[in-house]
Amino acid sequence: MDLFIKLFSVSIFASTLRIATPLILAALGGCMSERSGVINIGLEGMMLMGAFTAVVGSFLFGPWVGLLMGVCAGGLMGLLHAFMSVTLGANQIISGTAINIIAVGIPNILVPVIWPGHFGISPTVPVIPELRIPFLADIPVIGRIFGKQNPVVYMALILVPLIHFLLFRTRLGLRIRSVGEHPRAADTLGVNVYRMRYIAVGISGLLAGLGGSFLSICYQSQFSASMTAGRGFIGLAAMIFGRWSPVGALLACLLFGFADAFQAGAQAAGVPIPPDLMLAFPYVLTLIALVGLLGRTAMSPAANGKHYQKG
Amino acid sequence: MKKGQLYSIFVERESVFGLLKAFMAVLFSLVVVGVILLLTGYKPLPVFGSLFDGAFGSLRRVGESLVSTTPLIFSSLGFLVAYRCGLFNIGLEGQITVGGIAAAFFGYALPTMPPILHVTICILAGALAGGFWGFIPGYLKAKFGVHEVIGVIMLNNIAFKIAAYLVSMNGPMKDRVDAMPASPFIKESARIVRIIPGTRLHWGIFLAIVTAFVLSIYLFKTRSGFKIRAVGKNRYAAEALGISVRKNIILALALSGALGGMAGAVEILGVHYRLFAAFSPGYGFDAIAVALLGMVHPIGVLASAYLFGILRSGSILMQATFGVNKDMVSVITGVIVLFMGMSAPIGVLVKNRINRKSHGSIH
Repeated sequence: MDLFIKLFSVSIFASTLRIATPLILAALGGCMSERSGVINIGLEGMMLMGAFTAVVGSFLFGPWVGLLMGVCAGGLMGLLHAFMSVTLGANQIISGTAINIIAVGIPNILVPVIWPGHFGISPTVPVIPELRIPFLADIPVIGRIFGKQNPVVYMALILVPLIHFLLFRTRLGLRIRSVGEHPRAADTLGVNVYRMRYIAVGISGLLAGLGGSFLSICYQSQFSASMTAGRGFIGLAAMIFGRWSPVGALLACLLFGFADAFQAGAQAAGVPIPPDLMLAFPYVLTLIALVGLLGRTAMSPAANGKHYQKG
Repeated sequence: MKKGQLYSIFVERESVFGLLKAFMAVLFSLVVVGVILLLTGYKPLPVFGSLFDGAFGSLRRVGESLVSTTPLIFSSLGFLVAYRCGLFNIGLEGQITVGGIAAAFFGYALPTMPPILHVTICILAGALAGGFWGFIPGYLKAKFGVHEVIGVIMLNNIAFKIAAYLVSMNGPMKDRVDAMPASPFIKESARIVRIIPGTRLHWGIFLAIVTAFVLSIYLFKTRSGFKIRAVGKNRYAAEALGISVRKNIILALALSGALGGMAGAVEILGVHYRLFAAFSPGYGFDAIAVALLGMVHPIGVLASAYLFGILRSGSILMQATFGVNKDMVSVITGVIVLFMGMSAPIGVLVKNRINRKSHGSIH
């Protein structure tokens, strides 16, 4: 009983939210990109570049500029992916993989150049402080979960309805989705397929960059070589689990966030399961969750992953 | 055997252009790295010189570059089998890991026996373990429609955590005497003999080369190999011909995983002699670049695996002499993947433009 109380305390829900934030941002990025018909497994690399650039920015100009730079770095990687897969028509998975490989290399090369004597891990830099929301924070239970979080956590939560609105309630969103479902028809109706895909994949990169920046200058205060630890991929899986919708993705990310917070809480509470095995729990859960989608997999945008050749 | 038949085991018709493309990819990646070196304040030529020297400077260095070539051949063959079936197995690193776990376990747990037998058992165990790790995402894809990329990435992470657990403090495979987080050393009889004394180069490289030829014959000369390729070329046409897409997806991924498992097994039995976490320094991820550069052909892969072996061992001297981070090699890898990924469509674009000029607009 004691253990139970420890595990399901309010703080576990607060940390669920923190852990889910980068996943939510990656999953939203996945939604944008795949709704326009471009598979984006480069999210992981875009996050890592965002995380690195944010630390550099924070080191030089302070955390908020760092955040902005991190977001932009993600966006640039997104444009690279768009250039490769939309303009050149390269295999989208190969392009994403190349981005992931390069995003591991470049920070590792630059860390010792920017900070001599440091390898793979940057020194600590200023972080974006948590934000206390006056009235919300005073409400008993909810206040302790939502009342005092990092600004980026709130941004992620606000972005979910925003992206939903963008995709399903605006002209731009309709065009993006039409390009992901039937590019030929959209083209015939005068929609610029390439431009729509560039916009969508670019936004996808910006979101991933924000997620990465959250990791390095909010959640932690430094960059380390493999700090994204597969979060881009988990975000992508969450998006599939959430059936390519922002709200579904949010729920899936909260589930994974909870799994992770739970294993951390269980370890701290002294549950006698080896820590390394507990760390595998979120990945196992992801697989099980995806298998649970049995027979409902035809939900992906019809033209997802297919290059469109202007005729 | 007719001339044309022999042709396809070794090269395909497209490979003539492919060779040029591969050559340009390497050149292009070196130019990109050269620019990065200049921007970060190094002189590119001496750095490249040390890279070269690190790979060929002495017999020991030549041997070392072949040491990393061996697992690269196995893992890129694994990538290639799945790719030929239209699948993207970026889970080779995890499959290498479980292959290494199995090989190490049978290497120290079994009693001493004739070396040939012991090594064979260990490699088979590695292949089976890797094959199982590839079978899971194949089954999940065929049965539940789980995208193989997501499946293998989750399995990668699960494999890494399992390996870390096995050799951790009270882990079941942890050596009781040594303080290091590693398994006991494998028996003498399970070790693959080294070719050149003083280097870690072992006979596994010949096994890798033979495997490449066997795989080439399998893919291009057998019914089963044809089915795998047919599914990869056109799923619907294959289905219409009565080829089971699901069965071949599972087969291709299991085979792919088995080759990854062999890479891990050979690495443990020939180089490390014991299991520790992350014993593979990313061979499974390099496999993607190796296979693409090798024009996803088993024989082409032999050459490109050697190139990456050179880069890997050369980069160590490069880091030691010039302080250039050895991750520079991962930029080379990434650029090669980018280039190989985009040069095919560029070719199509150019061809289209030429067509349009000579025949007017197509539509």
